[in-house]
Amino acid sequence: MATRIQVSGLDIHYDRFLAVQDVSMDIEPRQVTALIGPSGCGKSTLLRSLNRMHELVPGARVSGKVVLDGQDLYGPDVDPVRVRRHVGMVFQRPNPFPTMSVYDNVAAGLRLNHRRMPRSEMDGRVERSLRAANLWTEVRDRLHRPGSGLSGGQQQRLCIARAIAVEPDVLLMDEPCSALDPISTQAIEDLILDLKSSYTIVIVTHNMQQAQRVSDTTGFFNLRAAGEPGVLVEMADTTTLFTRPAKQATEDYVSGRFG
Amino acid sequence: MPITTEPTGRQRTPQRLGDRVFSGASTGAGVLILAVLAGVAAFLLVEAWPAVTAPAEDMPGGEGVALYVWPLLFGTLLSALLALAIAAPLSVAIALFITQYAHRRVATTLGYVIDLLAAVPSIIFGLWGVSQLAPLTVDPTGWLAENLGFIPLFAGPASSTGRTMLTVALVLAIMILPINTAVVREAFRQTPRLHEEASWALGATRSEMIRMSVLPFGRSAIIGGSMLGLGRALGETMAVAMVLSTSGGVTFNLISNGNPSTIAANIALQFPESTGIKVNALIASGLVLFAVTLAVNMTARAVINRRREFSGAN
Repeated sequence: MATRIQVSGLDIHYDRFLAVQDVSMDIEPRQVTALIGPSGCGKSTLLRSLNRMHELVPGARVSGKVVLDGQDLYGPDVDPVRVRRHVGMVFQRPNPFPTMSVYDNVAAGLRLNHRRMPRSEMDGRVERSLRAANLWTEVRDRLHRPGSGLSGGQQQRLCIARAIAVEPDVLLMDEPCSALDPISTQAIEDLILDLKSSYTIVIVTHNMQQAQRVSDTTGFFNLRAAGEPGVLVEMADTTTLFTRPAKQATEDYVSGRFG
Repeated sequence: MPITTEPTGRQRTPQRLGDRVFSGASTGAGVLILAVLAGVAAFLLVEAWPAVTAPAEDMPGGEGVALYVWPLLFGTLLSALLALAIAAPLSVAIALFITQYAHRRVATTLGYVIDLLAAVPSIIFGLWGVSQLAPLTVDPTGWLAENLGFIPLFAGPASSTGRTMLTVALVLAIMILPINTAVVREAFRQTPRLHEEASWALGATRSEMIRMSVLPFGRSAIIGGSMLGLGRALGETMAVAMVLSTSGGVTFNLISNGNPSTIAANIALQFPESTGIKVNALIASGLVLFAVTLAVNMTARAVINRRREFSGAN
């Protein structure tokens, strides 16, 4: 299920503005890859280009390649809707569908993909996803209550359950803990470590400690200069990047000298 | 209703003249509105009362005020609900097109055009309805009477002038379209990006995204906007008075010449020639319309306000 992602020579534009320039990176399967860097350096934009979510912004376009499992996501006859069914995403703020129950939230993606799934199989998939998201024991008695009635941390795990219910190849997480308290954050981080045995996970985070706790590989993004596009400064295994970075800018950032 | 609060805890605060004038003026304006509304209600009640107590044979039709008002109320509700049934789905479709599908420039232009519809005086719609739309409906309604005549709505005989309940409903539908569309469009536009992205990220197509995120978010606005439109259709006078050919019977037949009139149109047409107790009867019908419209509008506001509770923040 987990898949390698190869990004090469990726430029991301918003109209004429070049947001991210010439990024090449390999994202390994069954690992957690963290993207860190100061605000506005293009790390979220890059993450969103991995499931073609960024192009929902009018004027956004991409050149370069993102190859997933041998297929270029930006190939001429690739349907972005299909891409997103293989590359799941979890957002900064928990966003369960407010009018849907816990159960329906998890089933939402399944219903898009398999319209005629039998009830018993659907029940099984929902339970498995909620268990995988470490949420089952907390919600088993309230599956048919609104998902928006859960706490923030539970809502975020519900969103993770919703994303993995469709069994994607890759799970993208855009600052998944930035709206959560420390206890909920820890629950999500534990969950990320559990999930990496089955998924390729890419996480954008502002929190350098978090990157060190959860990731195997870290990429550091920075603006080339004020008003210039964001670039991938350095990518290495997490320990190396935080202890013996190759570039001065990386060292300045991870040691807290700026950012 | 507490309009002024006693400034018990704030006695010490020094009061500036400007503040006092300003708060007095705005309180006065608020009270004025309530006073006008209460005045209208009181006038209706007082003037309608003689019609209620008068002997039944003094009423137009000779069967008492309730049987006088009933066909009018029926005609009012029938035309308004029919207009709503046409306008509500159309306004949802237009709002979806404007907010989800159209290119931004097209959307803005179309939005203006819809809003302009609201600025067209109702007499213009009446003129257009009776001179353009009504003749156009003659052939289709004839076909309906011939082929679908077994449905009571199309029992016929089809009107040869087209001045039918169906034509009235079409005109009313166009008239309430702007308010319906505006309310629904605003709600759709405010669909939290967060919820739209939740659908997109699961691999939803645009229509699936609309069904999963936009429509549930806009549902109460659709209800609320529809009821505001209903309120407007209930009270519409000139267009109905000009278009509808009436004979007073209670019937669901939409395409014949024999239609019940509506309360508002009936008042407009009858008032100049009425004297004495007949005026009171008209006012009694007006009181019924006032109550119905007030109830519909209050329900609409309540539904629209409830939407704020389930904002995208949760």
